[in-house]
Amino acid sequence: MDKKCSDCDGTIVIPDDALSGEIVSCPDCGLEYEVAKTRSNSVELKPAEPVGEDWGE
Amino acid sequence: MQVGILGASGFVGGELLRLLLLHPNTEVTIATSRQYERDYVHRIHANLRGFTDLQFSSPDIDQILKQCEFVFTAVPHGSALKVMPTLVNSGIKVVDMSADYRLRNAKDYEKWYGYTHPHPDLLEKFTLGIPELRKDEIKNSDQVSAPGCMAVTSILGLAPLAHSGIVEKRAIIDAKVGSSGAGTKPSLATLHAERYGVIRPYQPVGHRHTAEIEQELSAYSPEFEISLSAHAVNIVRGILCTSYLTLNRDYSVQDIWKVFRSFYDGQPFIRFIRDRKGVYRYPDPKILVGSNFCDIGFDVDRDRRHLVVLSATDNLVKGAAGIAIQSMNLMMNYEETMGLMLPPIHPV
Repeated sequence: MDKKCSDCDGTIVIPDDALSGEIVSCPDCGLEYEVAKTRSNSVELKPAEPVGEDWGE
Repeated sequence: MQVGILGASGFVGGELLRLLLLHPNTEVTIATSRQYERDYVHRIHANLRGFTDLQFSSPDIDQILKQCEFVFTAVPHGSALKVMPTLVNSGIKVVDMSADYRLRNAKDYEKWYGYTHPHPDLLEKFTLGIPELRKDEIKNSDQVSAPGCMAVTSILGLAPLAHSGIVEKRAIIDAKVGSSGAGTKPSLATLHAERYGVIRPYQPVGHRHTAEIEQELSAYSPEFEISLSAHAVNIVRGILCTSYLTLNRDYSVQDIWKVFRSFYDGQPFIRFIRDRKGVYRYPDPKILVGSNFCDIGFDVDRDRRHLVVLSATDNLVKGAAGIAIQSMNLMMNYEETMGLMLPPIHPV
Protein backbone atom coordinates (compact mmCIF):
# COMPACT_ATOMS: atom_id res chain seq x y z
CA MET A 1 0.00 0.00 0.00
CA ASP A 2 1.29 3.47 -0.90
CA LYS A 3 0.81 6.62 1.15
CA LYS A 4 1.93 10.16 0.42
CA CYS A 5 4.30 11.98 2.75
CA SER A 6 2.54 14.96 4.28
CA ASP A 7 5.76 16.98 4.20
CA CYS A 8 7.34 16.41 0.79
CA ASP A 9 4.66 14.46 -1.10
CA GLY A 10 7.02 11.51 -1.57
CA THR A 11 5.63 7.99 -1.90
CA ILE A 12 5.87 5.78 1.19
CA VAL A 13 5.38 2.08 0.57
CA ILE A 14 3.69 0.37 3.54
CA PRO A 15 4.45 -3.37 3.71
CA ASP A 16 1.35 -5.60 3.69
CA ASP A 17 2.44 -7.16 6.95
CA ALA A 18 3.08 -3.84 8.70
CA LEU A 19 1.89 -3.84 12.31
CA SER A 20 0.36 -1.04 14.32
CA GLY A 21 3.14 0.91 16.00
CA GLU A 22 5.71 0.07 13.35
CA ILE A 23 7.81 3.01 12.20
CA VAL A 24 8.11 3.76 8.48
CA SER A 25 10.00 6.66 6.96
CA CYS A 26 9.68 8.67 3.77
CA PRO A 27 12.40 7.58 1.30
CA ASP A 28 12.77 11.15 0.05
CA CYS A 29 12.81 13.39 3.11
CA GLY A 30 13.21 10.90 5.96
CA LEU A 31 10.13 11.98 7.92
CA GLU A 32 9.07 9.11 10.17
CA TYR A 33 5.54 7.86 10.69
CA GLU A 34 3.93 5.37 12.99
CA VAL A 35 1.70 2.84 11.30
CA ALA A 36 -1.80 2.75 12.73
CA LYS A 37 -4.23 0.04 11.60
CA THR A 38 -7.92 0.64 11.93
CA ARG A 39 -10.55 -1.94 12.80
CA SER A 40 -11.33 -2.34 9.11
CA ASN A 41 -7.61 -3.14 8.63
CA SER A 42 -6.92 -0.02 6.59
CA VAL A 43 -3.69 1.81 7.34
CA GLU A 44 -3.17 5.35 8.57
CA LEU A 45 0.10 7.12 9.22
CA LYS A 46 0.72 9.29 12.27
CA PRO A 47 3.82 11.44 12.55
CA ALA A 48 6.29 9.64 14.80
CA GLU A 49 7.95 11.34 17.75
CA PRO A 50 11.30 12.69 16.54
CA VAL A 51 14.45 11.42 18.21
CA GLY A 52 16.90 14.12 19.30
CA GLU A 53 20.00 14.29 17.14
CA ASP A 54 22.73 16.90 17.13
CA TRP A 55 24.52 15.28 14.21
CA GLY A 56 27.91 15.93 15.68
CA GLU A 57 27.55 19.69 15.74
CA MET B 1 25.52 5.89 -35.57
CA GLN B 2 29.00 7.09 -36.42
CA VAL B 3 30.12 9.94 -34.19
CA GLY B 4 33.05 12.33 -34.32
CA ILE B 5 34.57 14.38 -31.51
CA LEU B 6 36.35 17.52 -32.58
CA GLY B 7 38.79 18.30 -29.78
CA ALA B 8 38.88 15.00 -27.94
CA SER B 9 42.03 15.29 -25.81
CA GLY B 10 40.62 17.53 -23.07
CA PHE B 11 38.71 16.43 -20.00
CA VAL B 12 35.35 16.95 -21.69
CA GLY B 13 36.53 15.05 -24.78
CA GLY B 14 37.64 12.21 -22.51
CA GLU B 15 34.26 12.04 -20.83
CA LEU B 16 32.48 12.10 -24.18
CA LEU B 17 34.64 9.15 -25.23
CA ARG B 18 34.06 7.23 -21.98
CA LEU B 19 30.29 7.52 -22.33
CA LEU B 20 30.00 7.16 -26.11
CA LEU B 21 32.24 4.07 -26.28
CA LEU B 22 29.66 2.18 -24.20
CA HIS B 23 26.57 3.85 -25.68
CA PRO B 24 24.56 1.13 -27.47
CA ASN B 25 23.81 3.27 -30.52
CA THR B 26 27.09 5.07 -31.18
CA GLU B 27 30.47 4.24 -32.67
CA VAL B 28 33.17 6.87 -32.26
CA THR B 29 34.97 6.97 -35.60
CA ILE B 30 36.97 10.18 -35.27
CA ALA B 31 38.57 11.83 -32.24
CA THR B 32 40.66 14.82 -33.18
CA SER B 33 43.60 16.50 -31.48
CA ARG B 34 46.26 18.65 -33.10
CA GLN B 35 48.62 18.16 -30.17
CA TYR B 36 48.32 14.37 -29.96
CA GLU B 37 47.74 13.48 -33.62
CA ARG B 38 48.39 9.74 -34.27
CA ASP B 39 48.73 9.00 -30.56
CA TYR B 40 46.42 6.38 -29.09
CA VAL B 41 43.46 7.83 -27.23
CA HIS B 42 44.28 5.73 -24.16
CA ARG B 43 47.66 7.41 -23.88
CA ILE B 44 45.93 10.64 -22.91
CA HIS B 45 42.73 9.20 -21.44
CA ALA B 46 44.39 6.40 -19.53
CA ASN B 47 41.08 5.15 -18.10
CA LEU B 48 40.03 4.09 -21.61
CA ARG B 49 42.86 1.58 -22.21
CA GLY B 50 41.27 -1.62 -23.44
CA PHE B 51 38.06 0.09 -24.53
CA THR B 52 39.24 1.51 -27.86
CA ASP B 53 42.10 1.36 -30.34
CA LEU B 54 41.20 4.77 -31.69
CA GLN B 55 44.02 7.19 -32.42
CA PHE B 56 43.73 10.94 -32.40
CA SER B 57 43.59 12.47 -35.86
CA SER B 58 44.04 16.00 -37.17
CA PRO B 59 40.89 18.13 -37.23
CA ASP B 60 39.89 17.61 -40.86
CA ILE B 61 36.32 18.79 -41.31
CA ASP B 62 35.93 17.06 -44.69
CA GLN B 63 36.86 13.71 -43.12
CA ILE B 64 34.43 14.27 -40.28
CA LEU B 65 31.64 15.02 -42.72
CA LYS B 66 32.48 11.88 -44.72
CA GLN B 67 32.77 9.52 -41.77
CA CYS B 68 30.30 10.85 -39.20
CA GLU B 69 26.58 11.37 -38.87
CA PHE B 70 26.89 13.34 -35.65
CA VAL B 71 29.64 15.54 -34.25
CA PHE B 72 30.52 16.98 -30.85
CA THR B 73 32.74 20.05 -30.90
CA ALA B 74 34.75 20.11 -27.67
CA VAL B 75 37.31 22.69 -28.78
CA PRO B 76 38.24 25.80 -26.76
CA HIS B 77 35.97 28.84 -26.76
CA GLY B 78 36.61 30.77 -29.95
CA SER B 79 37.69 27.75 -32.01
CA ALA B 80 34.14 26.49 -32.57
CA LEU B 81 33.27 29.87 -34.09
CA LYS B 82 35.40 29.12 -37.12
CA VAL B 83 34.30 25.59 -37.95
CA MET B 84 30.61 25.97 -37.22
CA PRO B 85 29.44 27.57 -40.49
CA THR B 86 30.83 24.59 -42.45
CA LEU B 87 29.28 22.06 -40.08
CA VAL B 88 25.90 23.79 -40.01
CA ASN B 89 25.78 24.20 -43.78
CA SER B 90 26.60 20.51 -44.28
CA GLY B 91 23.47 19.52 -42.37
CA ILE B 92 25.31 17.27 -39.92
CA LYS B 93 23.83 17.26 -36.42
CA VAL B 94 26.10 18.91 -33.90
CA VAL B 95 26.38 19.56 -30.18
CA ASP B 96 28.83 22.35 -29.42
CA MET B 97 30.45 22.21 -26.00
CA SER B 98 31.96 25.69 -26.18
CA ALA B 99 30.35 29.00 -25.19
CA ASP B 100 30.40 30.27 -28.76
CA TYR B 101 26.74 29.58 -29.55
CA ARG B 102 25.08 29.60 -26.13
CA LEU B 103 23.80 33.17 -26.06
CA ARG B 104 20.87 34.29 -28.21
CA ASN B 105 21.83 37.94 -28.38
CA ALA B 106 25.05 38.65 -30.33
CA LYS B 107 25.61 41.82 -28.30
CA ASP B 108 26.00 39.71 -25.17
CA TYR B 109 29.22 38.32 -26.66
CA GLU B 110 30.66 41.83 -26.75
CA LYS B 111 29.65 42.41 -23.14
CA TRP B 112 30.63 39.06 -21.61
CA TYR B 113 33.28 37.61 -23.94
CA GLY B 114 34.84 40.75 -25.36
CA TYR B 115 34.45 39.98 -29.04
CA THR B 116 32.02 40.72 -31.82
CA HIS B 117 30.32 37.48 -32.84
CA PRO B 118 31.25 36.80 -36.46
CA HIS B 119 28.18 34.65 -37.19
CA PRO B 120 25.22 36.20 -35.40
CA ASP B 121 22.86 34.63 -37.94
CA LEU B 122 23.84 31.18 -36.63
CA LEU B 123 22.94 31.94 -33.00
CA GLU B 124 19.23 31.48 -33.59
CA LYS B 125 19.82 28.05 -35.09
CA PHE B 126 21.21 26.72 -31.81
CA THR B 127 19.11 25.47 -28.91
CA LEU B 128 20.65 25.64 -25.45
CA GLY B 129 20.91 21.99 -24.49
CA ILE B 130 19.19 21.69 -21.13
CA PRO B 131 16.81 18.76 -21.71
CA GLU B 132 14.95 19.32 -18.45
CA LEU B 133 13.86 22.74 -19.75
CA ARG B 134 13.87 22.44 -23.55
CA LYS B 135 13.11 18.82 -24.39
CA ASP B 136 10.85 19.41 -27.37
CA GLU B 137 13.07 22.12 -28.83
CA ILE B 138 16.12 19.86 -28.60
CA LYS B 139 14.23 16.99 -30.26
CA ASN B 140 13.58 19.25 -33.23
CA SER B 141 17.06 20.79 -33.39
CA ASP B 142 20.02 19.94 -35.57
CA GLN B 143 22.31 22.28 -33.62
CA VAL B 144 22.53 22.29 -29.85
CA SER B 145 24.85 24.25 -27.63
CA ALA B 146 25.72 22.54 -24.34
CA PRO B 147 25.43 24.89 -21.37
CA GLY B 148 28.29 25.92 -19.10
CA CYS B 149 28.81 23.68 -16.08
CA MET B 150 28.20 26.30 -13.40
CA ALA B 151 25.38 27.76 -15.49
CA VAL B 152 23.41 24.55 -15.82
CA THR B 153 23.94 23.60 -12.17
CA SER B 154 22.57 27.00 -11.14
CA ILE B 155 19.77 27.06 -13.69
CA LEU B 156 18.42 23.65 -12.71
CA GLY B 157 18.22 24.76 -9.09
CA LEU B 158 16.54 28.07 -9.86
CA ALA B 159 14.29 27.51 -12.89
CA PRO B 160 11.37 26.00 -10.92
CA LEU B 161 11.37 29.03 -8.63
CA ALA B 162 11.58 31.57 -11.45
CA HIS B 163 8.76 29.69 -13.15
CA SER B 164 6.58 29.55 -10.05
CA GLY B 165 6.80 33.25 -9.27
CA ILE B 166 7.12 32.62 -5.53
CA VAL B 167 10.47 34.41 -5.26
CA GLU B 168 11.67 37.92 -5.88
CA LYS B 169 13.47 38.27 -9.21
CA ARG B 170 16.95 38.09 -7.81
CA ALA B 171 19.28 35.30 -6.72
CA ILE B 172 22.78 35.30 -5.32
CA ILE B 173 24.70 32.20 -6.34
CA ASP B 174 27.77 30.96 -4.51
CA ALA B 175 29.41 28.37 -6.78
CA LYS B 176 32.22 26.00 -5.82
CA VAL B 177 33.95 24.06 -8.55
CA GLY B 178 36.62 21.35 -8.72
CA SER B 179 39.92 21.60 -10.54
CA SER B 180 38.80 19.71 -13.67
CA GLY B 181 36.60 22.71 -14.48
CA ALA B 182 39.74 24.60 -15.41
CA GLY B 183 40.52 22.21 -18.26
CA THR B 184 43.84 20.64 -19.25
CA LYS B 185 45.81 23.73 -20.15
CA PRO B 186 48.32 24.16 -17.32
CA SER B 187 49.02 27.43 -15.55
CA LEU B 188 50.78 28.58 -12.43
CA ALA B 189 47.43 28.52 -10.62
CA THR B 190 46.85 24.87 -11.49
CA LEU B 191 50.18 23.61 -10.14
CA HIS B 192 49.53 21.05 -7.41
CA ALA B 193 51.50 23.17 -4.94
CA GLU B 194 49.26 26.16 -5.60
CA ARG B 195 45.94 24.44 -6.26
CA TYR B 196 45.92 21.84 -3.48
CA GLY B 197 43.93 22.84 -0.42
CA VAL B 198 42.50 26.06 -1.80
CA ILE B 199 39.13 27.67 -1.30
CA ARG B 200 39.98 30.28 -3.88
CA PRO B 201 37.46 32.97 -4.83
CA TYR B 202 38.43 33.31 -8.47
CA GLN B 203 35.56 35.37 -9.82
CA PRO B 204 33.52 37.13 -7.11
CA VAL B 205 31.64 39.14 -9.76
CA GLY B 206 31.37 39.23 -13.54
CA HIS B 207 31.58 35.51 -14.32
CA ARG B 208 30.63 34.81 -17.93
CA HIS B 209 28.08 32.19 -16.99
CA THR B 210 25.98 35.02 -15.54
CA ALA B 211 24.75 35.74 -19.07
CA GLU B 212 23.50 32.19 -19.67
CA ILE B 213 21.83 31.94 -16.30
CA GLU B 214 19.96 35.22 -16.71
CA GLN B 215 19.04 34.33 -20.28
CA GLU B 216 17.42 31.05 -19.23
CA LEU B 217 15.74 32.27 -16.03
CA SER B 218 14.34 35.32 -17.80
CA ALA B 219 12.47 32.95 -20.11
CA TYR B 220 10.37 32.06 -17.04
CA SER B 221 10.53 35.36 -15.22
CA PRO B 222 11.48 38.38 -17.36
CA GLU B 223 14.46 40.41 -16.14
CA PHE B 224 15.40 37.88 -13.46
CA GLU B 225 18.81 38.97 -12.12
CA ILE B 226 21.55 36.90 -10.59
CA SER B 227 24.93 37.56 -9.03
CA LEU B 228 27.40 34.68 -9.33
CA SER B 229 30.54 34.26 -7.24
CA ALA B 230 32.78 31.38 -8.27
CA HIS B 231 35.26 29.57 -6.02
CA ALA B 232 37.87 26.93 -6.83
CA VAL B 233 37.80 24.25 -4.14
CA ASN B 234 39.84 21.21 -3.26
CA ILE B 235 38.09 18.53 -5.31
CA VAL B 236 38.75 17.26 -8.83
CA ARG B 237 35.17 16.86 -10.01
CA GLY B 238 32.01 18.55 -8.98
CA ILE B 239 30.08 21.75 -8.57
CA LEU B 240 27.92 22.90 -5.70
CA CYS B 241 25.82 26.01 -6.24
CA THR B 242 24.29 27.53 -3.12
CA SER B 243 21.68 30.06 -4.19
CA TYR B 244 20.07 32.62 -1.93
CA LEU B 245 16.62 33.99 -2.72
CA THR B 246 13.85 35.96 -1.05
CA LEU B 247 10.36 34.53 -1.02
CA ASN B 248 7.72 37.06 -1.92
CA ARG B 249 5.55 35.92 1.01
CA ASP B 250 5.59 33.28 3.72
CA TYR B 251 5.89 29.87 2.07
CA SER B 252 6.36 26.59 3.90
CA VAL B 253 8.76 23.73 3.20
CA GLN B 254 5.81 21.81 1.79
CA ASP B 255 5.06 24.65 -0.63
CA ILE B 256 8.63 24.60 -1.93
CA TRP B 257 8.58 20.82 -2.30
CA LYS B 258 5.46 21.14 -4.47
CA VAL B 259 7.17 23.71 -6.72
CA PHE B 260 10.17 21.46 -7.37
CA ARG B 261 8.22 18.22 -7.70
CA SER B 262 5.67 19.58 -10.14
CA PHE B 263 8.32 21.29 -12.29
CA TYR B 264 10.57 18.25 -12.62
CA ASP B 265 7.91 15.54 -12.72
CA GLY B 266 9.24 12.59 -14.74
CA GLN B 267 12.73 14.02 -15.33
CA PRO B 268 15.12 11.05 -15.11
CA PHE B 269 18.25 12.93 -14.09
CA ILE B 270 16.87 15.16 -11.35
CA ARG B 271 17.08 13.91 -7.77
CA PHE B 272 15.84 15.74 -4.69
CA ILE B 273 17.91 15.62 -1.54
CA ARG B 274 16.50 17.15 1.60
CA ASP B 275 16.72 14.26 3.98
CA ARG B 276 16.41 13.96 7.73
CA LYS B 277 18.64 10.92 7.84
CA GLY B 278 21.97 9.73 6.49
CA VAL B 279 25.27 11.48 5.98
CA TYR B 280 24.25 13.37 2.83
CA ARG B 281 21.19 15.39 3.82
CA TYR B 282 21.63 18.02 1.12
CA PRO B 283 23.22 17.84 -2.35
CA ASP B 284 26.95 17.20 -2.37
CA PRO B 285 29.00 16.70 -5.54
CA LYS B 286 30.94 13.94 -3.80
CA ILE B 287 28.03 11.55 -4.33
CA LEU B 288 27.62 12.50 -8.00
CA VAL B 289 31.01 11.56 -9.40
CA GLY B 290 30.74 9.99 -12.85
CA SER B 291 26.98 10.45 -13.14
CA ASN B 292 24.55 12.56 -15.14
CA PHE B 293 22.35 13.51 -12.20
CA CYS B 294 21.68 16.95 -10.83
CA ASP B 295 20.83 16.80 -7.13
CA ILE B 296 18.67 19.59 -5.76
CA GLY B 297 17.78 20.50 -2.18
CA PHE B 298 16.63 23.53 -0.25
CA ASP B 299 15.80 24.98 3.12
CA VAL B 300 13.63 27.86 4.24
CA ASP B 301 14.01 30.47 6.97
CA ARG B 302 10.36 31.46 7.22
CA ASP B 303 10.95 34.32 9.65
CA ARG B 304 13.03 36.12 7.05
CA ARG B 305 11.37 34.74 3.89
CA HIS B 306 14.85 33.48 3.05
CA LEU B 307 15.20 30.48 0.74
CA VAL B 308 18.46 28.61 0.19
CA VAL B 309 18.65 26.28 -2.81
CA LEU B 310 21.49 23.80 -3.25
CA SER B 311 22.20 22.20 -6.60
CA ALA B 312 25.10 19.89 -7.41
CA THR B 313 26.49 18.11 -10.47
CA ASP B 314 29.58 16.36 -11.76
CA ASN B 315 30.90 19.24 -13.87
CA LEU B 316 32.29 16.92 -16.55
CA VAL B 317 29.13 14.81 -16.90
CA LYS B 318 25.89 16.69 -16.19
CA GLY B 319 27.93 19.87 -16.61
CA ALA B 320 29.35 18.86 -20.00
CA ALA B 321 29.61 15.43 -21.71
CA GLY B 322 26.59 13.77 -20.10
CA ILE B 323 24.13 16.55 -20.79
CA ALA B 324 25.48 16.77 -24.36
CA ILE B 325 24.80 13.05 -24.91
CA GLN B 326 21.37 13.46 -23.30
CA SER B 327 20.70 16.09 -25.98
CA MET B 328 22.09 13.80 -28.68
CA ASN B 329 19.70 11.06 -27.55
CA LEU B 330 16.77 13.44 -27.93
CA MET B 331 17.99 14.79 -31.29
CA MET B 332 18.30 11.23 -32.62
CA ASN B 333 15.01 10.09 -31.10
CA TYR B 334 16.77 7.59 -28.83
CA GLU B 335 15.71 6.95 -25.25
CA GLU B 336 16.74 10.06 -23.33
CA THR B 337 18.63 8.00 -20.75
CA MET B 338 20.45 5.74 -23.21
CA GLY B 339 24.06 5.19 -22.18
CA LEU B 340 23.70 7.57 -19.25
CA MET B 341 21.81 5.84 -16.45
CA LEU B 342 24.86 5.08 -14.35
CA PRO B 343 24.93 5.38 -10.56
CA PRO B 344 27.59 7.69 -9.20
CA ILE B 345 30.74 6.18 -7.70
CA HIS B 346 30.82 5.95 -3.92
CA PRO B 347 32.97 6.35 -1.95
CA VAL B 348 35.51 8.45 -3.81
